[in-house]
Amino acid sequence: MPYIPHTDQERETMLAVIGVQTIDELFADVPLQVRFPRLDLPEPLSEMEAIRELRDLSEANLETQHTACFLGAGAYNHFIPSAVQHILLRGEFYTAYTPYQPEISQGTLQALFEYQSLITNLTGMEVANASHYDGATATAEAVILALNQVRHRKKILLSPSLHPQYREVVRTYVQGVDVEIGGDEPPRDWPDLQERSRADSLASRVDEETALVIAQYPNFLGEVEDLTPLAESVHRKGALLAVVTNPIALGLLKPPGEMGADVVCGEGQPLGIPLSFGGPYLGFFATRQAFVHKMSGRLVGQTQDAQGRRGFVLTLSAREQHIKRARASSNICTNQGLMTLAAAVYLSQMGKQGLRRVAELCYHKAHYAAEQLSRVAGFSLVSRGPFFHEFVLRCPKPIAEINRFLLDEWDILGGYDLGRDFPGLRDHMLIAVTEMNTREDIDGLVTALGEFSGKGGAK
Amino acid sequence: MTEPLVYEISVPGREGVALPTTDVPESKLPSHLLRADLPLPELSEVDVVRHFLGLSQMNYAVDKGFYPLGSCTMKYNPKVNEDAARLPGFAFSHPLQDPSFSQGNLTLMYELQEWLKEISGMAGVCLQPSAGAHGEFTGVMIMRAYHRSRGDTKRTKILIPDSAHGTNPASTTMAGLQAIELPSDARGNLDLKSLRAICDQTVAGLMLTNPNTLGLFDENIEEIVKCLHQCGALLYGDGANLNALLGIVRPGDTGFDVLHFNLHKTFSTPHGGGGPGSGPVGVAKRLIDFLPTPIVGIVAPGGEEEPPLYGFVTPKRTIGRVKAFHGNFGMLVRAYTYIRMQGARGLREVANHAVLNANYLRVRLRETYHVPYDRLCKHEFVVEGKWEQAPGVRALDISKRLMDFGFHPPTNYFPLIVPEALMIEPTETESKQTLDAFVDALLKIAEEARTHPELLTGAPHNAPVSRLDEVRAAKQLVLCCRPVSLKADQEAA
Repeated sequence: MPYIPHTDQERETMLAVIGVQTIDELFADVPLQVRFPRLDLPEPLSEMEAIRELRDLSEANLETQHTACFLGAGAYNHFIPSAVQHILLRGEFYTAYTPYQPEISQGTLQALFEYQSLITNLTGMEVANASHYDGATATAEAVILALNQVRHRKKILLSPSLHPQYREVVRTYVQGVDVEIGGDEPPRDWPDLQERSRADSLASRVDEETALVIAQYPNFLGEVEDLTPLAESVHRKGALLAVVTNPIALGLLKPPGEMGADVVCGEGQPLGIPLSFGGPYLGFFATRQAFVHKMSGRLVGQTQDAQGRRGFVLTLSAREQHIKRARASSNICTNQGLMTLAAAVYLSQMGKQGLRRVAELCYHKAHYAAEQLSRVAGFSLVSRGPFFHEFVLRCPKPIAEINRFLLDEWDILGGYDLGRDFPGLRDHMLIAVTEMNTREDIDGLVTALGEFSGKGGAK
Repeated sequence: MTEPLVYEISVPGREGVALPTTDVPESKLPSHLLRADLPLPELSEVDVVRHFLGLSQMNYAVDKGFYPLGSCTMKYNPKVNEDAARLPGFAFSHPLQDPSFSQGNLTLMYELQEWLKEISGMAGVCLQPSAGAHGEFTGVMIMRAYHRSRGDTKRTKILIPDSAHGTNPASTTMAGLQAIELPSDARGNLDLKSLRAICDQTVAGLMLTNPNTLGLFDENIEEIVKCLHQCGALLYGDGANLNALLGIVRPGDTGFDVLHFNLHKTFSTPHGGGGPGSGPVGVAKRLIDFLPTPIVGIVAPGGEEEPPLYGFVTPKRTIGRVKAFHGNFGMLVRAYTYIRMQGARGLREVANHAVLNANYLRVRLRETYHVPYDRLCKHEFVVEGKWEQAPGVRALDISKRLMDFGFHPPTNYFPLIVPEALMIEPTETESKQTLDAFVDALLKIAEEARTHPELLTGAPHNAPVSRLDEVRAAKQLVLCCRPVSLKADQEAA
């Protein structure tokens, strides 16, 4: 039997020690009429059969190693150095659990401490926790922090160009709480969305009831704007500013911490974590030291052992559910431990030079793609000003039709259909370009869309 | 044994990755938006590998040995699971690619939903929640939405036994409901009298872990269900302890309305040093419409030769999304692999042996360690780590001393209803030899507690570090290190 080592003889000996005849007797306390149901599951497979079936299933998917990928929208196709997976596959890391016993968990604890440090330094903040489930839930936790920190205020202002799924998750999380979420009413059209996403427009809607403003940098549409003036006006009204950001962009761009953000959070997937159809990913979360007691999530702190040697422990657990129960700052227990290790290894290996270089490659390639695509008949580039990773192209036909053409005829995974989230933005495609897209890929997309246009797609 | 911090081994100018040169013309960078400094370390690949390998050596893990951490189900994690999740078609597929090009992923998710329904007796399953606590929050939100949809807004209380995990009351508070604690009775069951007294039209539901954190199957489960349903409340099942019930009893058949699964406990996905987990939620028929979005459904039926077309669907009165995209997909692949290799027979054997192992340990230890609720247990049991003859010794000392014998300690000081609790969950993957060695160690430690208590109070003696000063960590908060150069600048300033 796979993974169960008992021999018949051992089972007999053990039952005799317990003082029962059969294993079934161990379940005498389960109501008889529901005891031992017959489960209708497929017949078990051996390991070699199982992996064959799984290989078949996996091969029924399109994947970005064999298809040029221009799809981002919150999950990005980046290069992952081999060392990252090799470290992750160390059984000492991935078969351990939450480091409740620090003396025999220093590996996990120090790696978490280093992750916290790397995120703190990358975001320009003072403290980072040991992860949330993903960028969306980290954003929802920023709302909970703000409601606890800025008492008696009930309004949360969301930028309309905050990731649509993050806005949905925020709304799910606060269903049971007395709070008003707004600022992201559906835009009429592209100019309306762009106008309402601007920092000065957001700032003009902050009032004395506002607890928190959430902006994204670069925003969901790829646009980048200095948020320093926004932070200043938010603070003048006594509210907090949370900035959802992309960690690769911070290899190049001014960190939100330097702009005055109170919380910097987001999706850590670009840091060495494969796309994996949406998870497991990594929600990173950084804030100011002053808010540390209101922050949720596990935290690792430095201390000493009995001999005065440096060591690390989970700390400030008085905030947490296993101590505070109903009065905890959050219910979080298991988070994304191993994904923080991926991010720590990635950031350590990329380092000061490498991350900057990756960010520059993304920047130059995205701008080259935008420039080339803007010349294709029928397509127009509607993004203005600096952008990172992504830009928006207005297209002559429904995006679904164009993407079907790109895949069927050119084996290209096209961009994101903004009409899915913004009814006013039908025919607008969000195109992502990373260091993984070669010039050949980009030129191929340009040629393909030219062909689409020539076939009558541009009419 | 200590390892320097990653910033301490950084050398200015060193690089860890060779990246391609730009193959496109460079664009002008937005100078007003550029960062002045990027305070990351500078290391070569070999520096990075040795550093993290060094750290790995300071960890205890299931792959190293016995890890009887109660309520965490630290079973062996089959290696094939890791290979399956890393197959390129899974690992490199994009969550937003068109579902018609993700049919392998969607088939897997659909099948896993169906299997979890079959195993648990629930009518609908959503795979989106990322961990047990996330599933709990989702489940409580579903119960809340159900009552409100019926105009029943007075139900604001969630009943929670005193033996429950802390996540239960914390999830309740997050959902804007009030957690009410109920006592346990002398046999370790939920106290029926207290339940009957409190059940009325203000109760939204009860969160029950069964078997509970004492490892005991609630002997009054039928009465509990009746009591709740009679007053219009719902029964929530914390599936943390589902390992004991596979093929033994389906929670849905006993009347549970909501149940979360912990794929990282019951279905062998690794714990990752604290995640990623996966906490799918199953519900009874009347709650299906409230599940989070999306779930996987059949959007076009198949023919004789054709498989059906799978797609994402949104339940009619969904509580909404609880995370971006569709769940911790890589964990779903691992759980699928595990269930596919076990089948119904294998899962039953899992529960059989998890319970056999726990009872064997309980009986072998009970002469030496007081078992406060000493009856047939399920997958785990709780002993008291204290003796009158060893007044200076606490449960924590026993735990630390176990490290010297090469074992991970049990869960300490939980559940809260047992003083000096040691909660022991062996799981089915451990052999009799391992269990016997563990018993020998615990018996030896009990003897040491009387004869040489300092061996316990000073333990561990063989770990990478000795006991750590947790008070200092909380009082003199150091949560981050800075680059050495930056630190020098700051100190100079």
